[in-house]
Amino acid sequence: MALKLHGAPMSTCTTRVMFCLHEKGVEFELVPVNLFTRENKNPEFVAKNPFGLVPVLEDGDLTLFESRAITAYVAEKFKDTGYDLLRHQALKEAALVKVWLEVEAQQFNPAISPIIYQYLVSPLRGGSPDQAIIDTHKEKLEAVLDIYEAKLSSTKYLAGDFYSLADLHHLSFTFYLMVTPAASLINERPHVKAWWEDISSRPASQKVMEGMTIEQN
Amino acid sequence: MASIKVHGNFLSTAARRVFACLYEKELDFELVPVEFKTNDHKKEPYLSLNPFGQIPAFEDGDLKMFESRAITSYIAREYGDKGTQLIYTSGKEMAEMLVWMEVEAHQYDPVVAKLVMEQQVKPLMMGLPPDAAVVEENEAKLSKVLDVYEARLAQSKYLAGDSFTLADLHHLPATANLMNTQSWKLIESRPNVSAWIADITSRPAWSKVVLALKDYYQQQQP
Repeated sequence: MALKLHGAPMSTCTTRVMFCLHEKGVEFELVPVNLFTRENKNPEFVAKNPFGLVPVLEDGDLTLFESRAITAYVAEKFKDTGYDLLRHQALKEAALVKVWLEVEAQQFNPAISPIIYQYLVSPLRGGSPDQAIIDTHKEKLEAVLDIYEAKLSSTKYLAGDFYSLADLHHLSFTFYLMVTPAASLINERPHVKAWWEDISSRPASQKVMEGMTIEQN
Repeated sequence: MASIKVHGNFLSTAARRVFACLYEKELDFELVPVEFKTNDHKKEPYLSLNPFGQIPAFEDGDLKMFESRAITSYIAREYGDKGTQLIYTSGKEMAEMLVWMEVEAHQYDPVVAKLVMEQQVKPLMMGLPPDAAVVEENEAKLSKVLDVYEARLAQSKYLAGDSFTLADLHHLPATANLMNTQSWKLIESRPNVSAWIADITSRPAWSKVVLALKDYYQQQQP
């Protein structure tokens, strides 16, 4: 029985999981959840994820939420097929992947997420971008990306000279950053830019990005 | 000499996550003291251990790591046969463990950290008054999160299932910070959450961390 992924094809957290599923070559069915009508807050959905957020993964009788738990589960369960996202046979490399997975979650995400929200999501909800929030978080993201620039000068990808789940987790939000004025933060840093061009041009990345258009449907 | 080194101190919430894990696994380690007040963690040579200039940093032989939840995850897997079994490595329980590790990181910790900042860090360490609006907003958020935990802990004794895992352990330091604030009432009013916290905070490994923090405070007295 195929995996069922409940979410939306343009949602950052849903696509985080889709990138992973494509890299692993795992079959799945995308079950659309209409975020514009707040279907994610309906009782049937909340029964699957009590936090009322997409995505949710169903694997037989197992129901998972939190995109980074889902990718970790998929990468672990299917570790012997598709691309090796976790370096599971090299403990030291696997440990470094864990470090940069946490960096994305704890350092990168809190800085970039409000920028994407202000530029791209707020207008869809009838608001306009709050420049003060954007400016504060651009400053934070610049500090993070300076560290990335230094790291990517010594290794090709974040955890080492190999693409891993740690790089993959950055795809969704960075994709959207590149369509905002804040794209300069990536373009101004040569190693970060080269890294972005590399990871976004992978076939699995391209496949998912085709569906990432933010418009009301 | 222990191959494991932790750079940091017992005051650091994140470092306590690592110490709790090391004590559960009964592993020897060397503490390399790094004090907040000297700001040494914002300079070299510390930055080559953690380029984000945060405590803790970790070494195991020639492996260097940072980010407390990466470190605990590494320790739990590398030393799987020592001390307490802290992770499930397959199946449904592994999946649940992964989910609740993310819930701690993204739903619980950010909200608790804000409440502790306003009610502990600002008054006690910075001489600033708490912002009542921030406290109110985050208590409302924490209430919603704890309602989810209350329902979850009606289904199993620990977050991932019948055994204590990293999913539970990761909550310990921030929860201990919250204990001395008025926000603790949100825990006390939920029986399943209260019972779970009473259980995990009474573990001998955690008690060792609590005692070490008490010692640390005493050493800081002039």
